Amino acid sequence: MSTVRIPAPTGEPAPAAPPAKTSPGKRSTARLARPRSRRDNIHGWAFSAPFLAFFLMFLVWPMISGAYMSLTGKSLTGANSGFIGLANYAEAFGDSDMWRSLGNTLYFTLISTVPLVVIALALAALVNMGLPAQWLWRLSFFSPFLLASTVVSLFFAWMYNPELGLFNDVLVKLGIPPVAWLNDPAVAMWAVVIATVWWTVGFNFLLYLAALQNIPQQHYEAASLDGAGGWRQFFSISLPQLGPTTVMIVILQILASLKVFDQIYQITAGGPGGATRSIVQYIFEAGFTGYRLGYSAAISYIFFGLILFIALVQVFITRKRSA
Amino acid sequence: MATNTLSRPALRLKGSVADIPARRKRAPLSRILATVIVAVLAVAWLIPFAWATLTALKSETEAASTPISWIPASGFTLDAFTKVLGSGNIPTWTLNSLFTSAAITAITLVISASVAYAISRIDFRGKDLLMGVIIASIIVPPPVLIIPLFQQMQSLNLIDTYWALILPQVIHSPMVFVLKKFFDQIPRELEEAALMDGASRLRIFTTIVLPLSRPILAAVAIFVFIGAWNNFLWPFIATNDSSLLTLPVGLQTIKSAYGIQYAQNMASALLAALPLILVFLFFQRQIIKGVATTGLAGT
Repeated sequence: MSTVRIPAPTGEPAPAAPPAKTSPGKRSTARLARPRSRRDNIHGWAFSAPFLAFFLMFLVWPMISGAYMSLTGKSLTGANSGFIGLANYAEAFGDSDMWRSLGNTLYFTLISTVPLVVIALALAALVNMGLPAQWLWRLSFFSPFLLASTVVSLFFAWMYNPELGLFNDVLVKLGIPPVAWLNDPAVAMWAVVIATVWWTVGFNFLLYLAALQNIPQQHYEAASLDGAGGWRQFFSISLPQLGPTTVMIVILQILASLKVFDQIYQITAGGPGGATRSIVQYIFEAGFTGYRLGYSAAISYIFFGLILFIALVQVFITRKRSA
Repeated sequence: MATNTLSRPALRLKGSVADIPARRKRAPLSRILATVIVAVLAVAWLIPFAWATLTALKSETEAASTPISWIPASGFTLDAFTKVLGSGNIPTWTLNSLFTSAAITAITLVISASVAYAISRIDFRGKDLLMGVIIASIIVPPPVLIIPLFQQMQSLNLIDTYWALILPQVIHSPMVFVLKKFFDQIPRELEEAALMDGASRLRIFTTIVLPLSRPILAAVAIFVFIGAWNNFLWPFIATNDSSLLTLPVGLQTIKSAYGIQYAQNMASALLAALPLILVFLFFQRQIIKGVATTGLAGT
């Protein structure tokens, strides 16, 4: 294939190439491009087999067994009331705790995605202005991403402590009344979002920084010669060039935020009064503290349906925009 | 566009002499301002580390006393660290995390690279379907699988073993895609020559393709390792035995056990954070490059 393709970009008419030289190349091309042989079939599947085995065993099979489980009354204690049709789904759709967890999850996704994208972009744009000591900024903003959720949660739970925490200490010194960070239902989700932004914004920051550094420098040189200032350059060169990156970052961020569990479970345990309980935590609790595996599997599939729906909407929007 | 590019040289000649002094003056000012803003934010970003470190270096009574102080009146002490290291399982958990993350990374690399190679290079029946299924599986959120996976591990009698931690974590469909795209770009001539010399597929893969793919393999390894090291939900479900816990899960049990021992809590958190932070300090460039190349492919 490639031996044929290489001359094409140079503009030489391919058939005019000296016939004596192409004959060995042609033979090897024929070897690789020949119609599917038995050997290729065997080799292809042999190379794929290890991945495929894990894939079938630990992804496809759980998907199937989970779907079946959601139609049964299976319990963690081993009791099983057998096939009960769609009863779990019917119960879930009438379960106000399920709806509330779903609502909390969407709320978290909304109020975390916006800062995680905007702050990452702002930081990357600032750092990309040719600042000295690039490694230092990357180190500061990205290093929290390497921490386990438990470490982040310990740090922030301590800083949110009502009497001994750093946050309230600063507020009081500024003359602002202290806040019940983790005990006020109106504030707790924001407390989780602040911790999440600190923890993961560095990841989006790195992606934006890489994308910014891929924009050809000539664009900026040309613009500044045309008299465009820094802001103007950012809005008419950087932002449009970052469009595809932004779409990808937003999609990945939404899908990641919808799966939130770790830091909420560890910082607020879903409280106060279920105000921060996410849908994944509800799945976890229905299965492992409520012992109802069947019901938990049904909620898992409702959650999966939501993810699929959002992914399809995103595909639709991005298709429309690029068309 | 074309006319624009053509007119640029003319503009440069006309405007450059007058423009340069103005731009030289403006650029440093905005750059200084940007540096100040970024520096302030960077310091703010380091506060949680600093505050945790200072707390861990206090005595328990000092850590729990009001009004809070950055510098303890009775001086710093390593008590919290020695207590945590002496009584806790942190060294064991660190080794567990190291072992399981390394095993997950190794298995992921081997199985993902070989399937990606097959799809990139070998013309076999069903490969388009295979690639389609692997890409489609990216959308499956891992939390959806925890209930059936737990059930499966229980019936295989693998709960509370390393197997339960490792096996379900080696499927990284986005990484198959990343590797396939990289293999697609490797020129085929080398392989063709080797094929003509009668080399086997496996030999070509291990002696030609893999060595040429070192940068992408390193990037994938870094990404998978960090993910495995920090994963919480599945290890939390799959293990109960304190000697088998990974670092993040073990830390969660410490938190409930120690209750209000603030200095010890922070000492444990810092000890847990230490290995990856150290690795990052040494391999900063590779890690940042790795995350930037694989990051968009999916988390």
